[in-house]
Amino acid sequence: MDADTKKVVFDPLVDNNPITLQILGICSALAVTTTLAASLLMAVALTTVVACSNASISLIRNHVPSSIRIIVQMTIIASLVIVVDQLLKAFAYDVAKSLSVFVGLIITNCIVLGRAEAFAMKNPPMISMLDGLGNGLGYSLVLIIVGTVRELFGSGTLLGYTILPSVNDGGWYYTNGMMLLPPSAFFIIGLMIWAIRSWKTAQVEKAEFRISDAHSSEVL
Amino acid sequence: MEALLSLFVKSIFIENLALSFFLGMCTFLAVSKNIGTAMGLGTAVIFVQAITVPANNLLYQYLLSDGALAWMGMPDVDLSFLGLICYIGVIAALVQILEMLLDKYFPALYNALGVFLPLITVNCAILGGSLFMVERDYGFSESVVYGVGSGAGWALAITALAGIREKLKYSDVPAGLQGLGITFITAGLMSLGFMAFSGIQL
Repeated sequence: MDADTKKVVFDPLVDNNPITLQILGICSALAVTTTLAASLLMAVALTTVVACSNASISLIRNHVPSSIRIIVQMTIIASLVIVVDQLLKAFAYDVAKSLSVFVGLIITNCIVLGRAEAFAMKNPPMISMLDGLGNGLGYSLVLIIVGTVRELFGSGTLLGYTILPSVNDGGWYYTNGMMLLPPSAFFIIGLMIWAIRSWKTAQVEKAEFRISDAHSSEVL
Repeated sequence: MEALLSLFVKSIFIENLALSFFLGMCTFLAVSKNIGTAMGLGTAVIFVQAITVPANNLLYQYLLSDGALAWMGMPDVDLSFLGLICYIGVIAALVQILEMLLDKYFPALYNALGVFLPLITVNCAILGGSLFMVERDYGFSESVVYGVGSGAGWALAITALAGIREKLKYSDVPAGLQGLGITFITAGLMSLGFMAFSGIQL
């Protein structure tokens, strides 16, 4: 693998992560992460869709008039999502049921359309597919971390196996019910962003107003 | 009537699309820097939601659901797997038509909504509204109410967040949390606040 390809695949993991930096595809990252199993399934589904859609959109990029490109992209993505949805219903019915409407919502997941528009429309198929794969992996990484934290601390299990025996089952761990509720996902991702940006300081956004240092020293 | 009213209140507060189902999060976090734009986008969402949810409801009832084609003499046909592609098609087409109509007849409103109208096609709140409508088996009148209510709830949430973010500009936020990070945490706190409604039985 040469340096460029490597960059395309691995950049979206931390340096240019779709969720924590590009603000794409946040809805499902927050909603489906109450258990690790659901997060994993969602991650696989999205990665497949984004890789395939990037490849197929890139194949036809020179034949699509730019005025109707969005609707063409939408049709391709929607067809791929229908395939994934039907496969999930056939082979993983219980988990698919718990994902509720969120499998269908992959269509409007901004990562898919965003990468199609920003990358696949300008690059050949092979590299576009890798870009899709990379962004899918970046998304999966965040989903898996959030899913692990929420399931471990929320119900003391991982993938259904007991890790921290909870008080209800005679163990010692008091389950943190808040982790299973929607708001905790916001906090976990917020803190993750903080952690990543403390490590990669280049990602820090500039403040619009800065309380001046001179001013605070005057107070002292 | 009472059932519809309670559905309306429920879809705004208790089952708020943005804060308890996380729909339309990307725009919710990205376009909430000032109140004016947030309100413009919110209005556009109410508008589109009020039209697309009932439209998709008709489509589902008379074309897609199991046995819906009985009126054409094909009672065994189940087209519900085509749902996703049809809903998104309807949404994209309606948004396009709405844009042209507004441009022709209500230029003031068109200018106010500006770039947000086309953006709405890919807002998950809109498709999510239609999918929830199908999942919960709403009738036509229910879906009208649900469309308006869920749109209003989303508009309320984004306007509130924009208000908070405008004040937040002047606070001393740690460097790493600046911008996106602190917005996430604010939205989390708001979502926690909205959970206070969740015990209400209507």
